[in-house]
Amino acid sequence: MNHPVKRIESLYRAMQRIRRVEEAIADRYAAQEMRCPVHLSIGQEAVAAGVCAALTRQDGVFSSHRAHAHYLAKGGNLTAMLAEIYGKAEGCCKGVGGSMHMIDLAAGFLGAVPIVGATVPLAVGAAWAARLRGEDKVIAVFFGDGTFEEGVVYESINFAVLHQLPVLFVCENNLYACYTRLSARQADRSIHGVAAACGCRAMNVDGNDALAVFDAASRAVADLRAGSHPVFLECSTYRWREHCGPNIDDDLGYRPEAEVAEWMSACPVNRLATMLNVLPEGQDLLVNIEREIVEEINDAFICALAGSTPLQADLPGYLYA
Amino acid sequence: MPEIIRKITQAEAIREALEQAMAADDHVILIGEGVPDPKGIFGTTSGLQERFGKTRVFDMPLAENGMTGICIGAAISGLRPVMVHQRIDFALLCMDQLVNNAAKWRYMFAGQVSVPLVVRVIVGRGWGQGPQHAQSLQAMFAHVPGLKVVMPSSGYDAKGMLLAAIRDDNPVIFIEHRWLHGLVDDVPTRSYTVPLDKAEIRRSGKDATLVAFSFMVVEALLAAKALADFGIDLEVIDARSVRPLDMTTIIKSVRHTGTLIVVDTSWKTGGIAGEVVAGVVEAEFGALHRPPLRVALPNLPAPTSHHLSRDYYPDALHLSRAIVSHLDAAVPDAELVSRLLRSTPHDVPQREFSGPF
Repeated sequence: MNHPVKRIESLYRAMQRIRRVEEAIADRYAAQEMRCPVHLSIGQEAVAAGVCAALTRQDGVFSSHRAHAHYLAKGGNLTAMLAEIYGKAEGCCKGVGGSMHMIDLAAGFLGAVPIVGATVPLAVGAAWAARLRGEDKVIAVFFGDGTFEEGVVYESINFAVLHQLPVLFVCENNLYACYTRLSARQADRSIHGVAAACGCRAMNVDGNDALAVFDAASRAVADLRAGSHPVFLECSTYRWREHCGPNIDDDLGYRPEAEVAEWMSACPVNRLATMLNVLPEGQDLLVNIEREIVEEINDAFICALAGSTPLQADLPGYLYA
Repeated sequence: MPEIIRKITQAEAIREALEQAMAADDHVILIGEGVPDPKGIFGTTSGLQERFGKTRVFDMPLAENGMTGICIGAAISGLRPVMVHQRIDFALLCMDQLVNNAAKWRYMFAGQVSVPLVVRVIVGRGWGQGPQHAQSLQAMFAHVPGLKVVMPSSGYDAKGMLLAAIRDDNPVIFIEHRWLHGLVDDVPTRSYTVPLDKAEIRRSGKDATLVAFSFMVVEALLAAKALADFGIDLEVIDARSVRPLDMTTIIKSVRHTGTLIVVDTSWKTGGIAGEVVAGVVEAEFGALHRPPLRVALPNLPAPTSHHLSRDYYPDALHLSRAIVSHLDAAVPDAELVSRLLRSTPHDVPQREFSGPF
């Protein structure tokens, strides 16, 4: 499919912004001021950018422990995210959640939590509520290949298919659950094949190709709005850094060197940068985007770090309505 | 308009609460295995699908954890789901969603989103309900901040507390007891609420405070009536709420009686009776004339055979014997037996009951 330059530019901008935010977190992590786990999305930016570009602000998104990319791509507030990671009162959860608990209701980012699979049924329930309330809404939920081993996912898919709910299941298959390879955890069949057998309309796309992800998600969202079966999108991608933390951990030897090198050469951000670079004035465009992103991130870090200390006394008020 | 009060069973009172909640608020939906069945969860959901339709009242796949998550997702999106489990034991399959999501969603997102969810769970007893159909797991749920847990004993409270639970913006575990469903109570026809955090003094007395939960309120009142013949004057408190426990009412009573006896429907170890005792001892140790006493189930799962379950559940006779012994009172055992020995088989709520549940 041919894509207008504006589309390529906006997807590139979204991905590069995520990449630079994650790198900035990694660079500053050693300062010991972000005192919570971080699961970085570097290498997997295309899935978040491509899917969220196919959604409207009113559509909802849920995610898991590795949520920064999804949150940012859906329009979540960057300063509130960084403030949350720093444990500040201005954080998106006022310091109660941390990196693994992202939320921005105004942006339609409905919540991310670290219990594997926990938000998959919530997405189905949100879609069910939208249906019963007559709202024209699609709900997308991001999860990894490991989540596809959780029973609750099958329970959720069954109900979504049974009631034809407008849910887009997005599986980021990055081949590893922590250090354990997919082949050691799942039988030799495709994830999207199982989803299809469960009654979803299932697709498999190159999760490092933001344009391909966008095209697939756009078709899925249009079909869901027209009342189709729930759609399951398996996106093949790769995590560049350690499961949890700021570092590169390939010295541990759990992933073949050639595999790591191959996936890194298929960098989703470079892929679109290369397309933009050959355009007339493309180089200027890339330089400008980079400058804008870096400025925004620097400002956001300054703002987040200047945030206030959350108060213990506020905690009980959060528990019950 | 004069209030109309009539005698109906607790199952009918629960059904009426659901019907009134659904009529008052379109966002209330009812889901559970067996909800639209001919037997309608022991009559508590009968006719509701006919009245409110299949989009608001329906059966669910046998997927308790996933369906709980789906109900949580609906609850944070503007609906007010009521979920039903015919046995509380099945709710163990939902513990991930209840404990990790329902209880914490509001808290972990700093109060931005609430979870108005009611989970009705029924505690079984007798007629061979056995190890996996007769657990009474209130302490397990009550352990978790973010949940509210109630277990009413009267039909009046069952209706009013269910209506309050459905209107509440928090997840409420609404624990019913199968042996209470058939009991008749005076219940108003109107819609009304009963607070989810207040105990109720069912009988005033001066010699000892007897705090009872759920069906044990029935047994406690029988024991208190029998012991009154021997000058033992018990104050019986229906705890009604498990989380929060209404320690204010309990402590006030103990200050007055000097003795605390707690009667639970569940196991003694790690149970809610221990929590009541701890709360009183911490707050009013000096008011106690003697050590507190817990009357609870033995630390064994319920056996199925009616031969084995005969002495498993403490009834009014067991309870009154325990009270007499604890108070060092001079009451001939034969007198207790003549007043309290069950004339019905021990494993059914009423003699006419012919099973199965």
